[in-house]
Amino acid sequence: MPYVRANHSGSLQHTVLEVNLQSSQVKLKEQNVDLEGQIWNPPVSGTVYGTLLNYKGSLEKMGESLNEDPYKRPPQAPVLYIKPANTLIGHQGIVPFPKEEDELEIGASLGIVIGQKATKVSQEDALNYVEGYTVVSDISIPHESVFRPAIKEKARDGFCPVGPWVIEKEAVENVDALDISVYINDEVKQENNTKNLVRSVSELLKDVTEFMTLNKGDVLMIGIPENAPKASNGDHVRIEIENVGTLKHTIAKK
Amino acid sequence: MKTARVAYEGDIHHATASHEGVQLENGKSIAEEEVVWLPPIEPKTCFALGLNYFDHASELSFKAPEEPLVFLKGSNTFIGHRGNTKRPDDVTNMHYECELAVVIGKQAKDVPKDNAYDYVAGYTIANDYAFRDYLENYYRPNLKVKNRDDSTPLGPWFVDVDDISDPMNLSLCTYVNGEIVQEGSTKDMIFDVPTLIEYLSSFMTLNPGDLLLTGTPKGTVDTKVGDEVITEIEGLGRLKNTIIE
Repeated sequence: MPYVRANHSGSLQHTVLEVNLQSSQVKLKEQNVDLEGQIWNPPVSGTVYGTLLNYKGSLEKMGESLNEDPYKRPPQAPVLYIKPANTLIGHQGIVPFPKEEDELEIGASLGIVIGQKATKVSQEDALNYVEGYTVVSDISIPHESVFRPAIKEKARDGFCPVGPWVIEKEAVENVDALDISVYINDEVKQENNTKNLVRSVSELLKDVTEFMTLNKGDVLMIGIPENAPKASNGDHVRIEIENVGTLKHTIAKK
Repeated sequence: MKTARVAYEGDIHHATASHEGVQLENGKSIAEEEVVWLPPIEPKTCFALGLNYFDHASELSFKAPEEPLVFLKGSNTFIGHRGNTKRPDDVTNMHYECELAVVIGKQAKDVPKDNAYDYVAGYTIANDYAFRDYLENYYRPNLKVKNRDDSTPLGPWFVDVDDISDPMNLSLCTYVNGEIVQEGSTKDMIFDVPTLIEYLSSFMTLNPGDLLLTGTPKGTVDTKVGDEVITEIEGLGRLKNTIIE
């Protein structure tokens, strides 16, 4: 069974657990443990970066507008954004639902967790800089335009559930062919696969670290598939990423 | 009170200003060239403002924004006073931006502008370099322009909020190789510091150590390898940086 590290039971200290993703069995020192209902902290501590328009379908959906005002031409370099510290919450957390909104967009992303300082890495070496992977729910207030940074739409408190854990990279045989599914109230609302990326995981790491350093503990989200599902007050969200884990959270008015 | 973080003889110190340059906690006073200057704070979330001076917006042929144009920066980008910033070989326009940097002192949510300064710990100077060749029209200004390694000098000093009686009336100047190239005043900001704190805290929580870079006035021109760039703000000091290959 693969190893993961997690911050559960409200602890700041990581615990290393063994998990069976098929049976949802979690073991600590060979004893089965039941982690439902426990408090989980985000298993990451660095800067969390998101990547815009990294699914082929999300570019296709923009269509001709990529060549028109205000964009003028399709994106050349990776376009990144930051989910600041106030947005991070753990597995089984509650995303505060802004009272003036009708719906929130659920952006399901694989998170690449950086294991050592990565500057100008080659595509061949890129995965050597990775500690492991996690599941990120990148929440946004729905917005059409991607011309200006979407701080008001993406940087609200609790808008970035992460977890439940960081799984060791060795447990993920091919990170560029993972199924991603989003369930809202147990109904499947989105299915996609990381084979549909514009830049694969290693290409993205190469192209991002060409212009900026990723430090140990930073997280780089690979992107959000097109047609992100919407959720509303009271909804239960579940994001499953094959061989990585299942992240759950709810959405509720404060 | 002005404080700095400096490295000297294998240790990191909180230093204050002295006649010679800086004074360490143990009373020792040394010249400013003999220490390594670190950013005076370790920023948590860093917000930066685009087009927040009327004259700079018109210089770049933009109309002034109706809502603050905010973007975020990562920790890779900060360096201290007297540091070096790399000019990539392929750029044709890399310019400095002298900016008042505001450090948040306590947790802030839904703060009205009248109380905004209660949440400020103090100020420093930022030089928020832009590499305009890399501008793309997606989440503009994109991080390839604004979040490169070592491209946001901060410092030299952290200055307590109480030491600056009117942060909205400070002169800003930038010198390249001793020649003045940028002049402005914080009174020309489109969205002033209290308005920015009110705006950001209306939809998210600001935390102690968060940093707010408030934009730059007119007068941004290209810099070359070897240039010495000094960004100066009245009452806060002079932040020096050198452009390297």
